[in-house]
Amino acid sequence: MCQVEEDYHEPLQRADPLSVSKKCVKCKEGTAAVVIRAGDAFCRVCFKEYFIHKFRAMLGKNRVIFPGEKVLLAVSGGASSCSMLRQVQEGLSQNAHKKLRFSPGIVFIDEGGAVGQAVEDRRRAAAELQAVFTATGLPFVTVPLEEVLDLPSSVLAAASLVASGTGAYKAAVGDFVRSGAAGCRTSLDPERRAPADVQESRTRSLQQLIGSAKTLTAREDLLSTLRQHLLVHTARSEGYSKVMLGDNCTRLAIKLLTSISLGRGAQLAQDTGFSDSRYGDILLVRPMRDYSAKEIAYYNRLFGVPSVFIPGLETKATDKSSIQRLTESFVTKLQADFPSTVSTIYRTSEKLQTACRSSSTADLCDRCLLCMCALDTAAENASAFKATLISEQLSQAQAAGDTSVVTPAPKEHESAAAIGKRCTSGAEDCGNAASGEGCCSSAKGAESSDLRSLLCYSCQLTIRDMSSVERLPHYILSEAQRRQRRSQMREEIGEFLLDAAD
Amino acid sequence: MHLGGAELLFNGVKKHHVDLPSQSEPWDVKQLLVWIQRNLLRERPELFVQGDSVRPGILVLINDADWELMGELDYQLQDQDNVVFISTLHGG
Repeated sequence: MCQVEEDYHEPLQRADPLSVSKKCVKCKEGTAAVVIRAGDAFCRVCFKEYFIHKFRAMLGKNRVIFPGEKVLLAVSGGASSCSMLRQVQEGLSQNAHKKLRFSPGIVFIDEGGAVGQAVEDRRRAAAELQAVFTATGLPFVTVPLEEVLDLPSSVLAAASLVASGTGAYKAAVGDFVRSGAAGCRTSLDPERRAPADVQESRTRSLQQLIGSAKTLTAREDLLSTLRQHLLVHTARSEGYSKVMLGDNCTRLAIKLLTSISLGRGAQLAQDTGFSDSRYGDILLVRPMRDYSAKEIAYYNRLFGVPSVFIPGLETKATDKSSIQRLTESFVTKLQADFPSTVSTIYRTSEKLQTACRSSSTADLCDRCLLCMCALDTAAENASAFKATLISEQLSQAQAAGDTSVVTPAPKEHESAAAIGKRCTSGAEDCGNAASGEGCCSSAKGAESSDLRSLLCYSCQLTIRDMSSVERLPHYILSEAQRRQRRSQMREEIGEFLLDAAD
Repeated sequence: MHLGGAELLFNGVKKHHVDLPSQSEPWDVKQLLVWIQRNLLRERPELFVQGDSVRPGILVLINDADWELMGELDYQLQDQDNVVFISTLHGG
C-alpha cells in the first residue's frame, strides 16, 4: 500500500522478450506467425479467425446496425479502412457464417488538394482505389475535399435524433427475416468525380483555407472537421443513415490523449466511442476500434488486403510539429516497451460517457458550430474556464493601454504581433459586440470574436490559430450569422416568451 | 525487401532486391539496418531507425512472420529471406 516512507525498489515491469516458442498458443499445432498483445503467438489460421470474429463481435455487441440498413463506409485508402472494407465484404459473402445483413456503400474523400499533392498523383491514387472498390462490387463514390466549399449550411443543423430502444433491434431483425431478406445490393450508381474535374481555383481556395491556420495542430483539426462535415453531407444526400469509420485502437488511443491536450475533454466519449450521435440522423460508428495497428497491418499483409498510401498533412512531419504528432510518438514509443499501453488507454475510453445535460433535440445554439458537440463553455463563476477568460481580459486591457476593454476590430490589428488581439469580452458579451459597435465592423462576415460564442472550447482554440476566419467555407459563416441573429432575437423578446412550465 | 508505407523515405521504391556483400559472420538484422541506412535510405533517417533498432511503430516481418518470434535484431539472415517493413504511423 502507499505509505509515506515506502520506497519502490522493484524495477517497473517490462514485457520480457518473447522466447522463440514457435507454436501457436491457441491451436498448439500451427507455426506461430504473429505476436498479438504481449506474448500470445498465433498461427495464420487462428489469427484470421480471431480477426474476423472480433469484427462480428463488435457489430453484434453494439446493436446499432439494423439489417437491411444502408451504411456508408468511409475509406481513406489507409490500412485500417481498407481492412474494414475487406471485413464487410467477407461478411456479406454468401458462405459467411452468420452473414452480415446491411447494404454498404463506399465513399473516398480525396484530400490531395488540401495537402498540396500534384494532380497526377491524386489521379493515380484515386484510380488505384477505384480499382480496389470495383473489385469489391459495392457502389462507391469519390468526393474531392474541395466540395466542402459548396456545402449547404443544413449540414450544421442537427436533425432530430432517431431514438431507438433496445427492443427495436430485435423487431427490425424479425421484420427483415420475414420480408424475405432479398439480397443486400443497393441500386445506387456510383458517381465518379475524378480529381481532374476539380477546378484549380477551388483547390487554391481550399489550400488558402487550410493555410490560414498557422499551426499544424490547428490545420489537422480543421481538416478533420471539414472531412467529417463532408462525410455527413454525402451520407445524407445519398440516403445513408450510418457511416462506418476505420479508426483503429492505436489511432483512438492517440486521439484520446490528443483530445485532452486540445481541450476536447468534454467530447471524448463521442470522439473515441463506438458510436457518435452528434449529427442526429447520421450515426458514426467505429467497428475497428478494437484492433491495434499492428494486427491490422499483419492481416493486410498476410491476406493480401490492398491499400493505397496517400500522404497527409503530417507525413514526414517531425515529432514536435503538432500536438497530434507528439502524442503519436509518445504513445508508440511507450507501447514499444510496455505493450499494454494502447489497450489500457482503450479500456479507459470505453468507460467514458457524456453526461447528458440537455435533450438531444436541444436548441441549435447549444451545439458547437464546427464540431457539433454540446457547448462546454458555460463560464460559471468558479470554473477554470472563467479564470482563463478573466486573465485574457486583463492582459488585453493592459496591452491596449487606455482604450476600453472591448478593443478595436481585429482587422486594424492584423499586423500586430499578438495573436490574441481580438474582441476579448467573454462569451456572454460577444452578443453586444456583434450588434455593431464601432469595433467589430459587423455587417460583413463574422469576425473570429463573434464565432467564439458559438464554439466549444477546443474549436475556439483552433479558430484563434487562424489568421482570418473569412476563408472559412460559406456554409459555416452563414450558419454562424444565422445563429447569432437568432440568439439576438431571443434576447430581445426573451421576457415575452412563455416557458414550457407555464 | 518490401516497404509498406515507408517507401517515401526510399525514393518511392517499394520493393528492393538486395545483395549483401559477403562477410565472415552471417548477417543479422541489426547489421542489415545499418546497411540500409547507409545504402538505401534517401532522407530523414530518424523516421526509420532509432538507435540500434527500427523506430517504434514500424513493424518488421521476416518471411511473413513477426520478427519477435525470430529473435528481433539477433536473427541471422538466410539466403532469399524476405524482409518487410510496414509503417503504422501517421507521420511517415
